Amino acid sequence: MAKIKSLEELKKIKEQAQQSVSLRVKGDNIENLVQVRVAMATCGIAAGARETMNEFIKVLNEEHMDNVVVTQTGCMGYCYAEPTIELTMPGKEPVVYGNVDKNKVHEIVEKAIKGGEMLDGIIPVTHNTVE
Amino acid sequence: MSNMINLTIDGIETQVPAGSTILQAAEQVGVHIPTLCYLDLHEIGIENKPASCRVCVVEVVGRRNLAPACATPVAEGMVVRTNTPKVIDSRKMVVELMLSDHPKDCLTCPKSGQCELQTLAESLGVRKIRVTGDSMSTYALDESSPSIIRDRDKCIMCRRCETMCNQVQTVGALTAVDRGFGAVVSTAFDLPINETVCTMCGQCIQVCPVGALTEKSNLDEVIEALGDPDKTVIVNTAPAVRAALGEEFGIEPGYSVTGEMAAALRRVGFDYVFDTDFAADLTIMEEAQELVDRLNKFLKGEPVAMPMITSCCPAWINFLETQFPDMQELPSSAKSPMEMFGAMAKSYFAQKKGIDPEDLVVVSVMPCTAKKFEAKRDEMNSNGTSRNDIDISITTRELAQLIKQMNIDLLELEEEDFDDPLGESTGAGVIFGKTGGVMEAALRTGYEWITGQELGDVEFEDVRSTEYGMKVAHVQIGDVTLNVAVASGLGNARAIMEEIKAGNPNQLHFIEIMACPGGCVNGGGQPYHFGDLSIIQDRQAALLEEDENKTIRKSHENPSIKKIYEEFLGKPGSHVAHEYLHTPAHVYREKI
Amino acid sequence: MAEYKFHILVCGGTGCLSSNSHEIADGLKDAIKAAGMEEEVKVLQTGCFGFCEKGPIVKVLPDNTFYTQVKPEDVNEIVSEHIVKGRKVNRLLYVDPENEKHISDAKHMDFYKKQMRIALRNCGFIDPENIDEYIGRDGYQALAKCLTEMTPEQVIEEVKKSGLRGRGGAGFPTGLKWQFAHGYQADQKYVVCNADEGDPGAFMDRSILEGDPNSIIEAMAICGYAIGASQGRVYIRAEYPLAIQRLEIAIAQAREYGLLGDNILGTDFSFDIQLCFGAGAFVCGEETALIHSMEGQRGEPTIKPPFPAENGFWNKPTNVNNVETFANIPVIFLKGADWFSSIGTEKSKGTKVFALAGKINNVGLIEVPMGTTLREVIYDIGGGIKNGKKFKAVQTGGPSGGCLTEKDLDTPIDFDNLVAKGSMMGSGGMIVMDEDDCMPSVARFYMEFIEEESCGKCTPCRIGTKRLSELLKDITGGKGTMEHIAELKRVSQVIRDTALCGLGQTAPNPVLSTLAHFEDEYIAHVKDHTCPAGKCTALLKFKINPEACKGCTLCARKCPVGAISGEVRKPHTIDQAKCIKCGACMDNCKFGAITKN
Repeated sequence: MAKIKSLEELKKIKEQAQQSVSLRVKGDNIENLVQVRVAMATCGIAAGARETMNEFIKVLNEEHMDNVVVTQTGCMGYCYAEPTIELTMPGKEPVVYGNVDKNKVHEIVEKAIKGGEMLDGIIPVTHNTVE
Repeated sequence: MSNMINLTIDGIETQVPAGSTILQAAEQVGVHIPTLCYLDLHEIGIENKPASCRVCVVEVVGRRNLAPACATPVAEGMVVRTNTPKVIDSRKMVVELMLSDHPKDCLTCPKSGQCELQTLAESLGVRKIRVTGDSMSTYALDESSPSIIRDRDKCIMCRRCETMCNQVQTVGALTAVDRGFGAVVSTAFDLPINETVCTMCGQCIQVCPVGALTEKSNLDEVIEALGDPDKTVIVNTAPAVRAALGEEFGIEPGYSVTGEMAAALRRVGFDYVFDTDFAADLTIMEEAQELVDRLNKFLKGEPVAMPMITSCCPAWINFLETQFPDMQELPSSAKSPMEMFGAMAKSYFAQKKGIDPEDLVVVSVMPCTAKKFEAKRDEMNSNGTSRNDIDISITTRELAQLIKQMNIDLLELEEEDFDDPLGESTGAGVIFGKTGGVMEAALRTGYEWITGQELGDVEFEDVRSTEYGMKVAHVQIGDVTLNVAVASGLGNARAIMEEIKAGNPNQLHFIEIMACPGGCVNGGGQPYHFGDLSIIQDRQAALLEEDENKTIRKSHENPSIKKIYEEFLGKPGSHVAHEYLHTPAHVYREKI
Repeated sequence: MAEYKFHILVCGGTGCLSSNSHEIADGLKDAIKAAGMEEEVKVLQTGCFGFCEKGPIVKVLPDNTFYTQVKPEDVNEIVSEHIVKGRKVNRLLYVDPENEKHISDAKHMDFYKKQMRIALRNCGFIDPENIDEYIGRDGYQALAKCLTEMTPEQVIEEVKKSGLRGRGGAGFPTGLKWQFAHGYQADQKYVVCNADEGDPGAFMDRSILEGDPNSIIEAMAICGYAIGASQGRVYIRAEYPLAIQRLEIAIAQAREYGLLGDNILGTDFSFDIQLCFGAGAFVCGEETALIHSMEGQRGEPTIKPPFPAENGFWNKPTNVNNVETFANIPVIFLKGADWFSSIGTEKSKGTKVFALAGKINNVGLIEVPMGTTLREVIYDIGGGIKNGKKFKAVQTGGPSGGCLTEKDLDTPIDFDNLVAKGSMMGSGGMIVMDEDDCMPSVARFYMEFIEEESCGKCTPCRIGTKRLSELLKDITGGKGTMEHIAELKRVSQVIRDTALCGLGQTAPNPVLSTLAHFEDEYIAHVKDHTCPAGKCTALLKFKINPEACKGCTLCARKCPVGAISGEVRKPHTIDQAKCIKCGACMDNCKFGAITKN
């Protein structure tokens, strides 16, 4: 550890350090954030849910979108449309998208999250969020 | 900063300097708030002010609880009430709480009649202890020391002894230990006092308000010896004793009762009544000789331990041995007057009278508790008898008790002289009992020996008037400037020793040290002064007056001293003198 | 740097550690490695989450899943189900006692809903052994702000404006205290953090030091800057090894970063901290006693004035604040004094941490805004009284505090209200008592504590507390009289009026406050010789109901002292003189024929 000799140096360290706790900060504040929950049951994983999740995290980081938190959940019951994700905009009802591949990830980020649009691929559901 | 503060005490408006306490302000307007733990030794710059006994609590208008008067500074506009029902009852209750954990053996307590707690309970009108809880703090009596008895059951945690031992004497033997109801003043690790750094100076006894710290009484042994027809019992009394003994019989401090004391001792039954002052003259002979020898060597650049320090105070020697063990070559090897007396009594005197020293009982009356310890030191047996040179050492207080037990009224007696051959003394021997006295006595003799000229004015004003502190003086003796220092109180002794350790910047040649502040007149065995150190100055003045009234004021001019050298010792510093009157070098103390 | 998808936080507070949370953390790491996910999941140990009743706690983020009472054998399931498959482990979730539903997110738990965490903001959130995590949470920004943008006077002004009062017990305004120490000139001054937490059942300071040690270091440095001190000391009890260890790590890391030491952040300000260990004497929480103890002296209070601000550690101006007080300082500068003073009541600003204990469902550490009522704390956060028993009293303020009863439950908690109701805030101990608690026995418990912890310096505390404790022993032992009660009051009053230090003056509070609310219970003990709560063994009477007794002789055979006699198949009787009230007869009676009262 080098000595911190100025306020600027302290700020730099803070920025790096903030990333290491940001996941927790998000969790602590989850209700005010956009939540992307990736269904991570066996069928989802087989269909590439893990890659989907990684892609979300990668894109969001690149875009510095600190207002989005990516978590995982169990089987949502739409095995025919895996990978599925549940998107919850703050204060709104969750929406489930099916067949979310890498391209779909980008579309969701750009249009649904940034633009607040409803996209194709919504599974019309009356499901309860899986805890 | 002489800001004056206005306040009202019991309706009396007054002005006192800022920084004064309520207690001081009250005294000024004639309101005497009782105290117990508080002890003001302003003469030596020490106050015991833990504010812990809570006896001096008073009401301060606007304050939520009661304030200890001894430790609460006055404030502008303060309204103090010292005698409201709440104050009176709380104060009484505090004393009752104290009494509820205090042994009720007042009738047989060594402090009975002189106990400040007893006096306080009486003056507050405590007639019943309204506290029913009866568990008591109980500790084993510590009788390990030949000088001091600790009865911790009686300790009231006033901490006066602790202040005395740690701050004034810098000895550090006493400290509060444990906590809660079990809190008590004791020693580190609760060791018996004899296994600690205690010097047995007895200054703790002087300030203990109750019977928790008292001297170990050897009076019964004296009475038993006096009643033994096979024994010749002789006594010697130290210079400081005569200056204080009268106080125990109700006379004002500052009057010597030398003649009455000699008469009383004879009535008590001692076969011979001698004077330690004689032995003090003897001490000067040996010590002055040693000084001259060491000084000569020093001035010639020969290796010799310097500065020379007096060795007649046993508590000081104990202090040196425990606190500065690597500096034990500095004191004179001469024994104390008491021990020189014992050595001469069981040799010179016994031979002269044809008494088997085994049948001779030598009693000494000392202002000192440490003398009891000194008498028992292994090296204090110069006659090869089964007992040490001094058999029993009692204090001034014990002597007063003895006289009273023998149904004698000291003040009604006609004055008498001491016996020969160990009773004659000079003014130099008398002033041994006060700080600066040994130095002055040594200078009176040393001057004449070094210069070969007669000393005109025997009073060395420069080394005098060192009441409680430390004094450095430069005395011209012929072409030699003798740098001397006088210290009383072990705190001052420590300061001097540290100074020597640091290279002796004053280039001192000769130092007098007495363990008790003001010298032996303030010894641990003297009548209690209850914190009033003006008494000590009175006793010092009494000794100076006695010196002034003596026709012979230099030790070496004492005819009996001359005679003892002629008949027995040869010359000061001779082989015989060393055998009897000096300790072997570097004797480390083993606790008895 | 790895892109972690999950953080798993394992409580590393003393409580959870003693329930093997260390093994849990290690187990999780192993399981995650086995699943090949060490690049995706980070496991770390944090400070205390507060919900000690349900410990050990494991929290998974970012989905904020709060697992309770986790055992080392549960770790594989957490990893294989939750982490790998996204399925929360239901059985480890907190169950709402109201509707028996599983609650996954701590935020929805009643225990946390009404809490507001300022002093505990980082406890259970960051790795206390990694200074970067603290910095990532705006750590040392407040110090930087003070050093680069503010004068010491402005810093003191800001603290004064915040309205922060000392959390150690007395509630003295912190800014004012700093101002006093600032006002004295000296070549050296000291900042002392009082971490000698001594109230029975209180552990808020320990939790802060274990969970967020850097916040204390930062606050002490700010204080040092404000008062002009370059030296800090933390006086911490040696019984807090984990807190000491975490503090030592934090100090070492802060030094490496130059956040302690010379010329902090390139400014002229230098400050460093040393630890001083206390032996755990209650009285050493009193600041003058604490200072004496730090100097190697006997831990005893001395009379004030002089105050430590003028004459403290090594006779130099010294500012002593408690751990929780310091923990609030950085936030005041980050969010502003106005923000801070918007929380709480008129005269008590911000939050207070309490250690909830006793007959309450949710034992633990909580932090609530000042002004929260006792009822909210006990019933909403604390989940009410255990086993559906009836609430009797709550003791606040530790041994120096007092009891509050049902009628005080809607009192908004703040410094002044509690004092007005005859108790005090103290350091934040809160012990809940139910109908089974005997109040004279409660008073006796506290008096025995105080009696033992008295330093013994002043007469009223040394001897008076012993006498109070003896009186209470008599009363609860069936030997009390009305005179005992009168004497209790008399001695208590004298101790309150005459004791030397704050601890002594408040020492009789357990007696005075139980007497104020429950004198009838005392009277029942001494007049009727009964203990209404059925706690005082000496006052119990076991009786055999002759109607219900079948004369089976079992009780007589079980009685260890032969106090029961009777013929077979005829009702038995108990000789009260012989009975030692052990209760063996009642435990063994198959017919419920034996009662005690």
